[in-house]
Amino acid sequence: MLYREAGQFKSDYVSDQAIFPILQDRIGVILIFLFALLVVPFIASNYMLSSILVPFLVFSIAAIGLNILTGYCGQVSLGTGGFMACGAFFTFKLTTAMPELNILLVFLLAGFGTALVGIAFGLPSLRIKGFYLAIATLAAQFFLIWMFTQNPWWTNHSAAGVITAPPRALFGDFYITGIRATPLNKYIFLLCFTALLALVAKNLVRSALGRAWMAIRDMDIAAEIIGIRPLAAKLSAFAVSSFFIGISGAVWAFMYTASVEALAFEVTRSFQVLFMIIIGGLGSILGSFLGAAFIVLLPIMLSNLPAMVGLRLPVDLVAHLEFMIFGALIVFFLIVEPHGLARLWQIGKEKLRRWPFPY
Amino acid sequence: MILRRFLAGSAAAALLALPLVGSPAAAQQEEAQYFPGLPYRSGPYAPSGIPLGSGYADYLAMLQARDGGINGVPIHYEECDTGYNNDRGVECYERLKDSGPTEPAAWHPLSTGITYALIPRVTQDEAPMLSIGYGRADAADGRVFPWIFNPPITYWAGADAIIQYIQAEEGGNLEGKKIALVYHDSAYGREPIATLERLAEEEGYELSLFPVAPPGLEQKATWLQVARQLRPDWTLMWGWGVMNSTAIQEAAAVGYPMDRFIGIWWSGTEPDARPAGQAGAGYKSLNFHATGTDFPAIQDILTHVYDQGNGSTERDTVGEVNYNRGVLNAAVTVEAVRAAQAEFGERPLTGEEVRWGLENLEISLERWKELGLDGFAGAISLSCEDHEGGGSAYVQQWNGSAWEPVSDWIQPRNDELRPAYEASAEQYAEEQGLELRDCSAM
Repeated sequence: MLYREAGQFKSDYVSDQAIFPILQDRIGVILIFLFALLVVPFIASNYMLSSILVPFLVFSIAAIGLNILTGYCGQVSLGTGGFMACGAFFTFKLTTAMPELNILLVFLLAGFGTALVGIAFGLPSLRIKGFYLAIATLAAQFFLIWMFTQNPWWTNHSAAGVITAPPRALFGDFYITGIRATPLNKYIFLLCFTALLALVAKNLVRSALGRAWMAIRDMDIAAEIIGIRPLAAKLSAFAVSSFFIGISGAVWAFMYTASVEALAFEVTRSFQVLFMIIIGGLGSILGSFLGAAFIVLLPIMLSNLPAMVGLRLPVDLVAHLEFMIFGALIVFFLIVEPHGLARLWQIGKEKLRRWPFPY
Repeated sequence: MILRRFLAGSAAAALLALPLVGSPAAAQQEEAQYFPGLPYRSGPYAPSGIPLGSGYADYLAMLQARDGGINGVPIHYEECDTGYNNDRGVECYERLKDSGPTEPAAWHPLSTGITYALIPRVTQDEAPMLSIGYGRADAADGRVFPWIFNPPITYWAGADAIIQYIQAEEGGNLEGKKIALVYHDSAYGREPIATLERLAEEEGYELSLFPVAPPGLEQKATWLQVARQLRPDWTLMWGWGVMNSTAIQEAAAVGYPMDRFIGIWWSGTEPDARPAGQAGAGYKSLNFHATGTDFPAIQDILTHVYDQGNGSTERDTVGEVNYNRGVLNAAVTVEAVRAAQAEFGERPLTGEEVRWGLENLEISLERWKELGLDGFAGAISLSCEDHEGGGSAYVQQWNGSAWEPVSDWIQPRNDELRPAYEASAEQYAEEQGLELRDCSAM
């Protein structure tokens, strides 16, 4: 009833090609963004901002990045953790060497640096596919972590090999990293940054480049025959994906944990992001957000749940229950909808269109 | 089918939305001193985390049961399981920090990684944090780290103590001796290297490094290299979790003399040595507190907590190395609270007041005795500048079923360590753009 597009006529190409062609979607997304920007800061506690929403946004960026590579271009990658570490350590080196450089610029530069690394490790994708490529990207994971742990240069010769985010302001007194950054500053910055990056990603996958990626994913030989160059398509996917992942690693290290060692980006981190896009939905920007929400928010919610309903359980029991329920839910969602939460939303949308008179 | 799918979708949406609505457990309105706990009772390191967290919780529970709190101020203890996972540790910190009746007395992250992650947070929130036997060594410099305390002894001081022990065993001269370090290849394992290298230059021994990739289950190649090729006079270990028991078993398997193999305090607990059984007998490790239940305060834990069925772990665990370390954590924190209460009054204190207590903390050997912990640990004395307190350690040896002390208390050479702490802390301050606190005014 509410969700019906009857009467919305598209009279030019611009409106036909809009990201959200349906008015309700457009209004919905703008409302969600405005709610997150204007209302959430007033109702959310610091706990929610700094330990729930910030990691959710950080992982959303990582999931978008991996989704571009795996979901849109069909190249399975297990190197996400390594690329995140690149972003983190590049940012650290850049910002300690040039403290006057604006931190936003540093994040972007770190992203570009990671993109170059991504291209280098994407080269094998021209010859190998599928699981074999996954193993090749695993090499990136192990090599990069090894490089950051073994070379004290990357940590400015810190005895422990840990990097700590120095205080940096986006402008004036608006600190977003370091001791003086408040959870609210971090959240506001990350929200806008993530929204911007998502917009870039969404437009990229709708462009000629994005269509080339999808053609390669669907059938690389056919794509090659119709004139898509696999070299350019695959390597650009690696570059763009690594750019996003690098930025997410940088904001993870600088804005969420504020201090990391390279081991924080172990292979489990790669799997975590891969699970996000599988559960959220391969080849969907919305799916990246849903998957990140599922993997980041659900465990935290599960461990808070007993206390919320007034149960006082021993913490080890809560931790074990969390593992079991979380695992069961992953299996449940994969059985109910193997194409991910994004597909579930799409089905729901179809239903809403016909509601209350389904046929 | 369609309906089911739709329901599943709504269920997913509801589940995802829930954390946005709920807030952590509402703070109870009572006048009590709040002690948050960050143990790891789940995950791969739970065998260490359970006794460590339980010792802390049980000592507080014992005070509550025996004395009704600290000088009549009740204790409110709440914990959150970190699973030894840095992200979860941060989440737990944020969750617990506002959920008590008053400000947290002090934090014990029980993990070096979580300590690093919490340093900027506790500094911002002005809450004291103690990392007892772990964390940043240079946090000993209170000018740079006003909120971080690492009594009684740092890894660097531990490395110094082990070298002093070896020197004594070797009759005073280490010239030309070969010493190997087998270490967990992480922030924690690399801590002693700089100190050992400096001492190598001063004492003339030759240091060889053997990193073990975490988690450290595969050490065959390492130990063949150590015991068959290098044949060091002494081998030190900075290990953690399953790496320790693996190393002890591998060392025994290649026939390395166990009494020339010394671990740091995290490599010297019962779960580390027990799997090797008799083969591990002779293995040594450094420790900074006594083991066993032969102390009135620990007997009180057994009677007031375990006999009432309120213990937070198995009764057999009480008195184990990690358990007693948890007790030490709690005892030091409670002493700081007492010191602060003497200054500010017997009421629940703020983090800043507890920090005052920590910076004016004096636990003499007599005071340990008064606490029912005679000979449990060395004297601790902290100040605004010195957040470590120059504690001492001793060497213990595994006899196949229990740890036995085999040396006197060893005093690390702090005159030489202090400049290293300060240099490292100053580098951190420069990187972070921090101003050094002026301690002379206090």
